[in-house]
Amino acid sequence: MQNNKHKTHKDPLVYITKRGEMPKLKAMLIKAAVILVGVLFCALVTVLLTSENPLKVFKAMFDGSFGTPRKIWNLLQASAILLGISLAVTPAFKMRFWNTGAEGQVLVGMLASITCMFYIGDSVPSWLLIVISFFASVIAGSVWAGIPGFFKAIWNTNETLFTLMMNYVAAQLVSLLIMFWVPSGSMVLGLVNSEGKNGWFPSILGQKYLLNILIVALLTVVVHIYLKKSKQGYEIAVVGESENTARYIGINVKNVIIRTVIISGALCGVMGWILACGTDHSITSNAVGGNGFTAIMVSWMSKFNPITMIFSSILVCFLQKGAGEIASNLGLNSSVGEVLTGIMILFIVSSEFFVNYQIHFRKNERKETAK
Amino acid sequence: MKKVLSLILAVLMLLTLTTAFASCGDAKDDFKVGFIFLHDENSTYDKNFIDAANAACAALGLTESQIIMKVNIPEGSECYDAACELVDAGCDLVFADSFGHEDFMIQAAKEFPDVQFCHATGTKAHTEKLPNFHNAFASIYEGRYLAGIAAGMKLNQMISEGKITADKAVIGYVGAWAYAEVKSGYTSFFLGARSVCPTATMKVEYTNSWFDIALEKSAAEKLINDGCVLISQHADSEGAPKACEDAGVPNVAYNISTISIAPNTALISSKINWQPYMQLIITKTMEGKGADIPYDWCGGIEEGSVQLTELNSKVAAPGTQEAIDAAIAAFKAGTLKVFDTSKFTVNGAKLDSYKADVDSDANFTPDTEVITDGYFNESADGFRSAPYFDLIIDGIEAKQ
Repeated sequence: MQNNKHKTHKDPLVYITKRGEMPKLKAMLIKAAVILVGVLFCALVTVLLTSENPLKVFKAMFDGSFGTPRKIWNLLQASAILLGISLAVTPAFKMRFWNTGAEGQVLVGMLASITCMFYIGDSVPSWLLIVISFFASVIAGSVWAGIPGFFKAIWNTNETLFTLMMNYVAAQLVSLLIMFWVPSGSMVLGLVNSEGKNGWFPSILGQKYLLNILIVALLTVVVHIYLKKSKQGYEIAVVGESENTARYIGINVKNVIIRTVIISGALCGVMGWILACGTDHSITSNAVGGNGFTAIMVSWMSKFNPITMIFSSILVCFLQKGAGEIASNLGLNSSVGEVLTGIMILFIVSSEFFVNYQIHFRKNERKETAK
Repeated sequence: MKKVLSLILAVLMLLTLTTAFASCGDAKDDFKVGFIFLHDENSTYDKNFIDAANAACAALGLTESQIIMKVNIPEGSECYDAACELVDAGCDLVFADSFGHEDFMIQAAKEFPDVQFCHATGTKAHTEKLPNFHNAFASIYEGRYLAGIAAGMKLNQMISEGKITADKAVIGYVGAWAYAEVKSGYTSFFLGARSVCPTATMKVEYTNSWFDIALEKSAAEKLINDGCVLISQHADSEGAPKACEDAGVPNVAYNISTISIAPNTALISSKINWQPYMQLIITKTMEGKGADIPYDWCGGIEEGSVQLTELNSKVAAPGTQEAIDAAIAAFKAGTLKVFDTSKFTVNGAKLDSYKADVDSDANFTPDTEVITDGYFNESADGFRSAPYFDLIIDGIEAKQ
């Protein structure tokens, strides 16, 4: 008894140690195993909650994204939007600037483009309108992010709260303008320039979302190069690791913060432009649909690597579409799909844990000490 | 010979019958209907549509595989994408339930002329003139008028019991937006109440949201504090009925019966039942006569599109049911008009002529004379089904 107590004190039932570098293959295998357990766990939850055949549920999820060519395009479109916003928040987060305001920055970017389409839709050619909208959106997004960035750099205000609050201001600004534009009070703007399609992205090869996807693909390459190869990208990494180190090696931290946050906002503006001109051609205060927040998760899940983000955003959109498909095809409540999506994401994130850490149980103690 | 002939005839008849049945069965089995809902059944607005869709499909004997429902579809390109996906899945008919879905439904309707697209609460079908795009609403102003009678009777009871004086018969109304649909609703409710309680007046508070429990609750509380002795609403949550139950103020709700959550104050609710419309569009499309679905369909009391929920006898004044029944009979006979211009004034004057914005255009110009035969012709045939009564009449205190 005495001995046992002593042992418990010295050595807990379960303890965790950090692993060293692990071969890539082994890391991949561990991740795959954890994700497989996640899938099985989802199946178990499905049976317990709905008594549906889990294979049927998984098939429905798969059909949601890959059932028809159109669904594949819609998946790619949704992934492109999420990926673009994830890329946009990445420079800020890599610098450890908690930009929770992507939702609002994208929304004001979108609002800027819609405003251009609304007021000068008839007076300039479509291509020029698209170009003007682009600059308007970029400026709007930069300003929306730049304000909290400036306050952070100069007065060290809390950027998480500040950027978050800016989301609400953006949503109200959209409501205000719609109220102004639609005097009937219906609060629905509808499609802008639906007749001449002025300011709408052209369809390429008959695909209305192809241009969106190509622009985001280009953006991915640019952000990747910027973060990995440019001096500014390096400065971001240093400031993110330690502001004191950055100062010591002569980096102007204030400048880097403001510059990076403005770049982050500008990229959000670009995504707003794509949503306005290439996707919705209209706006509601909820038009970004939470992507500004999901993007934060995608960015962190991918360890700020733009190439990994491609896969992460496709995965997240696949899960979201699957959740919707379960609701419509199997007549299950849409919450069931969301529960399954949540479980999968939890397992994917925790797979990282098993790669970086090792769990030991008490009985292994002798072996471990022998080593 | 005769025998052979009769046998051949019999066989032929059987064959034609079976093929007739088979083809009939084919048409029905092939048929698919898709629904697009803004939220899921957690929203009272969407639940009303989902229930109607299920009831209509069950009544027409559609099987589960013939019905596809997409929930939580926002009012953006997602609606267009959802409509296209439903067409890809083989739907012959696509229905959407939210005002903001309209443009995206029209976009899809233009792309798929062989599929019927029906949209509730919209305003553009009669000007777009597409053979496969249709709007629908219901003469809910009649239902609200009837609910208003129940409210007016209650006010009379409060006056006769000495709880309030006649000049204090103030109704409070929680409205979502300063929009024709809401204005038409509270005006008809008020006119119903004033038809039995002539001293009634009304105060309107807008929440600027279709669904916000906290805002609707606090708006109701504000109205009660401002002296309103009865509350009604046009917003989709249970916020206002709950505030009324806490304060002991009689309440008239919308679309759902609130007796279970406010047993001591819930009076009655008016509601739109979409089942008759759903059955109409499914039947027409199934028969291949989709183009016969009217551009604008306005349901009424007659076929059960406009309904009242159960009257709470614990709260209602005696004689309420009889008064409502008499008004229903008068509506059916055509002798009663809700917006009878001899019954209300605007800025102190009788309304002899009014141009409403019936046809949608970018500048929202008033375009149609809507006063005919001494009444404001709301949701009329040949105009459009969605409400356009956007005046504030004397006796109602509201922001424009």
